Amino acid sequence: MSNPTYTVIFYLFAAITVFSAAFVVFTRNVIYSAFSLLFTFFGVAALYVFLSADFIAVTQVVVYVGGILVLLLFGVMFTNGIMQTGQKSEVFHIIPGTVLLAGIIGALLYTFYTSHGWMPSETTLQGSIVERIGFETMSHYVLPFEMVSILLLAALIGAAFLARFDKSGK
Amino acid sequence: MEQLTTIGLNHYLTISAILLGFGLFAVMTRKNAIVVLMGVELILNAANINFLAFSKYNGGMEGVMFALFVIVIAAAEAAIALAIVINIFKIFKSVDVSSIDSMKE
Repeated sequence: MSNPTYTVIFYLFAAITVFSAAFVVFTRNVIYSAFSLLFTFFGVAALYVFLSADFIAVTQVVVYVGGILVLLLFGVMFTNGIMQTGQKSEVFHIIPGTVLLAGIIGALLYTFYTSHGWMPSETTLQGSIVERIGFETMSHYVLPFEMVSILLLAALIGAAFLARFDKSGK
Repeated sequence: MEQLTTIGLNHYLTISAILLGFGLFAVMTRKNAIVVLMGVELILNAANINFLAFSKYNGGMEGVMFALFVIVIAAAEAAIALAIVINIFKIFKSVDVSSIDSMKE
């Protein structure tokens, strides 16, 4: 697709995603990291829409922004004290970390851009795929679907059990 | 120029590689356990972008379904990890991962 509007919007969301992810990683303030992660999740959800996975995009917004980000913010507030939001987080291993960052990105991009071309299938996904997700969930993937629901229930009960208020210890 | 203006698979793979690099950087260099968890979330998002990109250009539904399951697993992982971090904070009064070096109080 070489529609200029499409391209510009794609680059806009790509820039939002990448720069807010960089801000998550490079800022020292934990609260700033958490709020910047919000923009990363929204940017990634927009990229999912470009990949014609609109249902996954909505799930991303609901689960990541509504669930995981709130949990992370709760963790930040709980472990830093509500009043001292200017909490800085220490950094170590900065040299090996930078080498790893440059190495991973460089190696992957070198591989992607020098290997000769991906060949897209004749039948790429087009339009909305919500209906197909429904059929797949209830036919091929019904066993993993049920297993993941039980796993999620067990994990949430386990999390509530681990983080419960302890009367005797407190 | 043609390659820049026509959005293809390589664009998505590039964003995914950058997110993976940032996530690994956060996991490796930060001392705060919560920021390490944010790095893990970035890595999972990078993997999801890859799954969906290959699924779109392959035309199958496998990547889409796998991405859905990855999101569910990420939710379970975040809940458990936060519970563990809160317990660590109760015991050690800190979430500095480099200072936690014993498995009992």
